[in-house]
Amino acid sequence: MSWRSLPAHLRHGLAVLGVLTTVCVVGPWVAGDPTTIVEPAQASLLPPGSTRWVVEHRDGSRTAAQEVQRQEGGWLLTGRGEPRLIAAGEVVALRRTTFWLGTDTLGRDVLARLLWGGRVSLAVGLTALAVAMLLGTSVGLLAGWRGGLVDGVLMRLADALLAFPSLFLLLLVAAIFRPSLTALVLMLGGLSWMGVARLVRGQVLSLKEREFILAARGIGASPLRIALVHLLPNTLTPLSQDAALRLGDLILAEASLSFLGFGVALPLPSWGGMVAEAGEVLGTAWWLILLPGLAVATVVIGAALLADGLAELARLDPA
Amino acid sequence: MGRWLLRRLAAAALIVWLVATATFFAAALAPGDITLRLADTRVSPSIREQWRRTFDLDQPLLTRYLRWMAGAARGDLSTSWTTYRPVATMIAEALPNTVLLAGAGLLLELLGGVAIALHQARRPFGTGDRILTFATLLAFAMPTFWVALLLVEVFAFRLPLFPPSHMRSPAGEMAVGWQRMADLAYHSVLPVLAIGITGVGAIARYLRGSLLDERAQGYVLAARGRGCSPRRALRVHALPNALLPLITILGLSLPFLVSGSLVIEVVFSWPGMGQLVYSAALARDLPTLLGGTVVVAVAVVAGNLLADLAYALADPRIRLGDAA
Repeated sequence: MSWRSLPAHLRHGLAVLGVLTTVCVVGPWVAGDPTTIVEPAQASLLPPGSTRWVVEHRDGSRTAAQEVQRQEGGWLLTGRGEPRLIAAGEVVALRRTTFWLGTDTLGRDVLARLLWGGRVSLAVGLTALAVAMLLGTSVGLLAGWRGGLVDGVLMRLADALLAFPSLFLLLLVAAIFRPSLTALVLMLGGLSWMGVARLVRGQVLSLKEREFILAARGIGASPLRIALVHLLPNTLTPLSQDAALRLGDLILAEASLSFLGFGVALPLPSWGGMVAEAGEVLGTAWWLILLPGLAVATVVIGAALLADGLAELARLDPA
Repeated sequence: MGRWLLRRLAAAALIVWLVATATFFAAALAPGDITLRLADTRVSPSIREQWRRTFDLDQPLLTRYLRWMAGAARGDLSTSWTTYRPVATMIAEALPNTVLLAGAGLLLELLGGVAIALHQARRPFGTGDRILTFATLLAFAMPTFWVALLLVEVFAFRLPLFPPSHMRSPAGEMAVGWQRMADLAYHSVLPVLAIGITGVGAIARYLRGSLLDERAQGYVLAARGRGCSPRRALRVHALPNALLPLITILGLSLPFLVSGSLVIEVVFSWPGMGQLVYSAALARDLPTLLGGTVVVAVAVVAGNLLADLAYALADPRIRLGDAA
């Protein structure tokens, strides 16, 4: 099947997610360190496209200046406030830097933070998705295949967890266990397996009595083999649509948690955390608030388009 | 029906008890000291010991659990570790504020969703439909907290039309009658809008699909054949059936009415349940967290029950008691 013949939504979704992922994976190498603080007094809240001289000191700190002049005994820095003279021996490096997307309250480069934040957000979202898929598929296969009490208990548990507002549940668990980055991924995945389990269980129930499964049982295939070789491949179509939508949900959930201060911990940048920091200086720096939220929305739109496209694909080509 | 209701109520009570118990033990057995205050090593050990006694933490776990359960059964949800006030009182104060905000938001997203979906279903796949499809997708994809902050940035700071936060102004706090209500309404414009904008996407997207499905059904075609106008066929014949599954969605959003749109309340400093739970989570105020969880759990089971009842009322094909 060629690229052109794929449903439009699928192509758009793949393109959006593909471009964004590539940018967030490759970008950080180019963009530099997102945690580098350039003297807030000189370089905080610079609008996009601002250019400054960044002076690296011997002790590792960085100051910034609008103009730099060589003078006897050192460098004269002029910028906000009084000009300062810095001894030549103090200066390790002197660079002219353009902050393409401006700087934040601490004088950190927004572009670098956005790219690194994207890497973090996407990595957390994708690994949490893997956890949810693994857990949900196992539970669904088990519940659907075994039936009876196992099925009853697992599915009631899934229903109960599904009924709770997910952000409330995440906040509760995060407050009690104060998760690290790994624990955050496990928590996000561990609280979103329910939909996957219900889906897989439904598929298993409808396939269980079909001839090819009965035949496999008849020739003595083990339950594990039947589950992995015969049942699982038949759930892939609905599962892939669900995964696409779920990725969007997980990215949104991570962003909300990070926004509330219970997700990705500082100083590591995340899109949700960047919006939270922007919220502190509302009304002064539009570039701080606009971009990270837009990034989250773009991923979620890409994921939704992908899910639509996969559904369309399944309709066109029901094999 | 009576037996069905009784069984469901018993199951509901069981679920609430299970949730409370699970939360209690998860919190008690979590690694580290549960309260930030007890972990603070700058405070002298004797004072920390005194706190431990005040919070009952010197008692064995089982005693604490039984005491808490006995209290909860009488409606006493113990005392907050941060404000030293009864948790039940704090919840009773916060709950109406949240129901007000979330209720208004829910109403807005429902009305908006129905209006948008009806408009789209009239000429599906036309230019208007395409634009609205993209707009609802965008609304669905935007993070709630971001929309809320953007609204504040634009309509409270750049154009100072509405207050950026809080439920009442100091003057509104003192006012009575109409003025008090007007002040509240003025403060709720931005938060309600934020809930409405982010919620309308999901409802409109869902409803558009089911309206298009219903439109192709025989009974709608029959209505059109009898000379019913397309508009009327859509609104009077197709819409009620397309709305039916929304009953379940509404029943399931009762917990949302209670837990509030958590981030919205945090952004707007709205003194509701979301804000209460959030600050309890920040301070690791366990009794308040537990109390909030119990109230949300009650809302969850009540919402499910009400949704089933409402569905049976609205759709005569469904009879309660057969399935469960």
